[in-house]
Amino acid sequence: MSVSLSGQLINLLAALLLLIAFAMLSQRRVLSLINLFAWQGVVLTISTLVVAMSTQQQHLYYSAALTLVLKVIILPWILHRLIRKLNVKWDVETLINIPTTMLVGIMLVIFAFNLALPITQLAGTITRSTLGIAIAIVLLSFLMMLTRRKAIPQVIGFLAMENGLFFAATSATYGMPLVVELGIALDVLVGMFILGIFFFQIRETFDSLDLRHMEKLKDE
Amino acid sequence: MSAQLSGILFQLFQSLLVVAIAPLLLGWVNQCRAWLQNRSGAGVLQPYRTLRKLFHKDAVIAHNASPLFRVTPYILFSCMWLAAGVVPVLATDLPFSPAADVIALVGIFALARVFIALAAMDIGTSFGTLGARREMLVAFLAEPALLMVFFTASLISHSTQLPTIVEALAHTQFTLYPSMAFAAIAFVMILLAENARIPVDNPTTHLELTMIHEAMILEYSARHLALIEWASSIKLLAYTTIGFALFVPYGIAEAGNWAALPLALIALGVKLVAAGAGLALLETISAKMRIFRAPEFLGTAFLLAVLGMLIHFLLGA
Amino acid sequence: MEILWLLGMPLFGGIFLATVGCRRFAPEVNAVFSFATFIAAAVLTTRIINDGPITAFDEQFFIDSFNVFLVALTAFVAFTTSLFSRPYMRIEQHHGRLTINMLRLYHSMYQLFTFTMLLALTTNNMGIMWVAMEAATLTTVLLVSLYRTPASLEAAWKYFILCGVGIAQALFGTILLYFAAERVLGPGGDSLLWTHLNAVKTQLEPTVLSLAFVFLLVGYGTKVGLAPLHNWLPDAHAEGPTPVSAVLSGLLLNVALYAVVRSKVLADGALGTNFAGNLMMGFGLLSVVVAAFFLSRQKDVKRMFAYSSIEHMGLVTFAFGMGGAVATFAGLLHMTVHSLTKSAIFFAVGHATQTTGTQLMENIRGLIKQSPTIGWGLMLGTLAILGMPPFGVFASEFLILTTAMHSHPWATPILLLALGVAFASIFAKVQPMVFGETDLPRLPHPPALVPVFVHLALVLLLGLFIPPYLAGWYQQAAALLGK
Repeated sequence: MSVSLSGQLINLLAALLLLIAFAMLSQRRVLSLINLFAWQGVVLTISTLVVAMSTQQQHLYYSAALTLVLKVIILPWILHRLIRKLNVKWDVETLINIPTTMLVGIMLVIFAFNLALPITQLAGTITRSTLGIAIAIVLLSFLMMLTRRKAIPQVIGFLAMENGLFFAATSATYGMPLVVELGIALDVLVGMFILGIFFFQIRETFDSLDLRHMEKLKDE
Repeated sequence: MSAQLSGILFQLFQSLLVVAIAPLLLGWVNQCRAWLQNRSGAGVLQPYRTLRKLFHKDAVIAHNASPLFRVTPYILFSCMWLAAGVVPVLATDLPFSPAADVIALVGIFALARVFIALAAMDIGTSFGTLGARREMLVAFLAEPALLMVFFTASLISHSTQLPTIVEALAHTQFTLYPSMAFAAIAFVMILLAENARIPVDNPTTHLELTMIHEAMILEYSARHLALIEWASSIKLLAYTTIGFALFVPYGIAEAGNWAALPLALIALGVKLVAAGAGLALLETISAKMRIFRAPEFLGTAFLLAVLGMLIHFLLGA
Repeated sequence: MEILWLLGMPLFGGIFLATVGCRRFAPEVNAVFSFATFIAAAVLTTRIINDGPITAFDEQFFIDSFNVFLVALTAFVAFTTSLFSRPYMRIEQHHGRLTINMLRLYHSMYQLFTFTMLLALTTNNMGIMWVAMEAATLTTVLLVSLYRTPASLEAAWKYFILCGVGIAQALFGTILLYFAAERVLGPGGDSLLWTHLNAVKTQLEPTVLSLAFVFLLVGYGTKVGLAPLHNWLPDAHAEGPTPVSAVLSGLLLNVALYAVVRSKVLADGALGTNFAGNLMMGFGLLSVVVAAFFLSRQKDVKRMFAYSSIEHMGLVTFAFGMGGAVATFAGLLHMTVHSLTKSAIFFAVGHATQTTGTQLMENIRGLIKQSPTIGWGLMLGTLAILGMPPFGVFASEFLILTTAMHSHPWATPILLLALGVAFASIFAKVQPMVFGETDLPRLPHPPALVPVFVHLALVLLLGLFIPPYLAGWYQQAAALLGK
């Protein structure tokens, strides 16, 4: 694959990831949020594959496979099961002021761009220009976590943040060493299981996954 | 034949062409919608028949109508004609093309909007006022979004001149522009809103809960109404061709190059057929949304346009 | 080899305790595994003291005098806490607050948590260190929510989300670090090895490293409990079982700070300025002040001591931020004595709350009459943590303050004021708890207070006299870290 074409393709995929991040930010339904998260994984896999093909980095094929299995198949599957079992499939988050959130999101993108600038100038990868987008995705996922009052969307925001970090690693350095990536994947997977247990505990105790019940511990 | 004369002839040809084919595009869109909804439809020529019928009727005007009310249809029509005439539809360097600045285009559309909104309020009926207010609500969100789309395109070609943008995009090596992809989605959303299409407005109903454009022109009849309807169809054509110029400028000719004209005509025809069918499809699959959701819809369009621009800065593409 | 034992013991212990379930002997097995880990740590420590720094398994592990001291401390506190938790958890079970399955989870996770702590300390790979820190959060999050009360669930959720977000920043910092390293060392897993990074630290790109350090500090700093990222800490300490509070304060905070200090060494080398140190001093000072002023408003005893942990971690961060041999020495000493004292206090507090059935300080009275050991344990621990001579905390705080007076005089009054406020608020609250009137029944199982007094004796010893090998060891570590 020619470098310029794959570079353009990666840019396009990066733009798509940013779009998905914004879509997640404005998505009120839990179910659609999970699907968007799965799509984010798909785009991430494709972009990792494109980088792998154009740079001949062997370990990137593995991390692409890892992304596919973990973030497109396993995690969305667990989340789907969870919302079915917890009966929150049609949960809607009503308390989001979408226009304001979007405006803040745009500010964050600008901030991410400025943050990435000094690093971008030093990087030698063909993907370096996407680093700003990767940081933006991390920040947008963070914003998503802040604006949600329900447990599952918050977790999806957390996972999306991890996706953004993964993308940042790919764009700045062609991915972290494989052993580290495996460790991170393991952490994410174990974390998801623990959260699954945790959701049931929360619902058992509060009869809902609404985090507004969980704002009692405060220092007055 | 001198190059200048040839250019003027070209310009004349294009200007007449857009006025002539505008109702055809509208007819095609309606026909496609009918097909998609399993109806047989009225045929692609139905808008012409409607226009002829309206021109043959006697105009009725309210007693308290001011001169503004009478001249508005003409102003509207000429604004739209001017806009559609200067957009590079068939060729890039037309004699009028210096006027085809994107900011000026937005201005022309705004001028037309101001007049129709004033005329709608002129008689003093409640529907007219309601329509005018809703139109302004949509417009004040759609216009900045449209400008953002234009700016994204301008950033790539370093010019706000539509012909230059077209030149830059059509005649250089093919490149993927993620920013333009965002701008394109935003532009389609703006096109739907500005041309009173579903999901923002429904041009075929007269329900007071939902109508925007129709509410403003309820008091018009006969030739005035015909001109307004015609102007609306030209507006749709103008928006569509602006879209072509920005996102799929391929196949466009250079002024005076009569040999390239057939090819440009065919390209335009194909693009219009495809765009019309696509528009009909979009309108069929989406549901009309509540009027107060419109700001959210246009806000999203604005966001996408801004994102496109940011992505241009981020990725340099 | 010792490393294999050191890491294998808790890992195997965690799996073993999870599979066999909670039998009658599980608390003892837990203590045995912790003891074995401690022995391995002790053997490793003697070897490092004799032979100097070592790397093992293709340089994947690296032990020098800095981390081996933390390894020893971690293994020791983990061992004593396991001794404490044996009767403590039995009493909890007796009170009906815990079921068999919860205890099984607790014992298994306790060992796995020790494993992640030791892995984070011994690994040479900055990426693996991150993985271990994140795993530490995961293992403790279910421990914090062990009681399944609304408050404990809320605390655990806060803990998970805040530390998760924080640790994500640290991952980004690690990515940036790798980015800078890759340009010097080339791609591959070895570029994240701390020893390799340390060797080329002067060649690392300064702008990238400064950015990386900011992210690493914010990320790991969240786990240290530095203000303003400390919100999870009081909740997690107050709502979890007391042994968990003790290991969180005694181990996790130290290990997180260890990660920050390792990053600081690299950042200092690359930048050649005091940027990293200044940042740490700022965060440290802020934590000390914020914690001191929150201390006076606490009603829950565990929450109060959690804020005291924030205060002390802030002080240590400040000391490491100042840099230099003396301040670093003081920081290391303070880390040690704080770990020992704070876990001792939590042991005493744990039994105190079990006797009275409440964590609210206004309802805890007259401990000294009800159980003299608990009362004296709490009183002495409180005096020690407040920096009363002759305890070790006094020595380390004195060193930190005098160094600050010397190099950053403006900071000393702030520190003194904060320490004074902390002293007043803690002492005023603990005094009636210990000496008030009471008519409460005794505990069903005898409390395990040996660990409390062992810890306090060690702290006292460190205040009076630091054994020469220990001093030499601290000095080595200080020389390694100080510029």
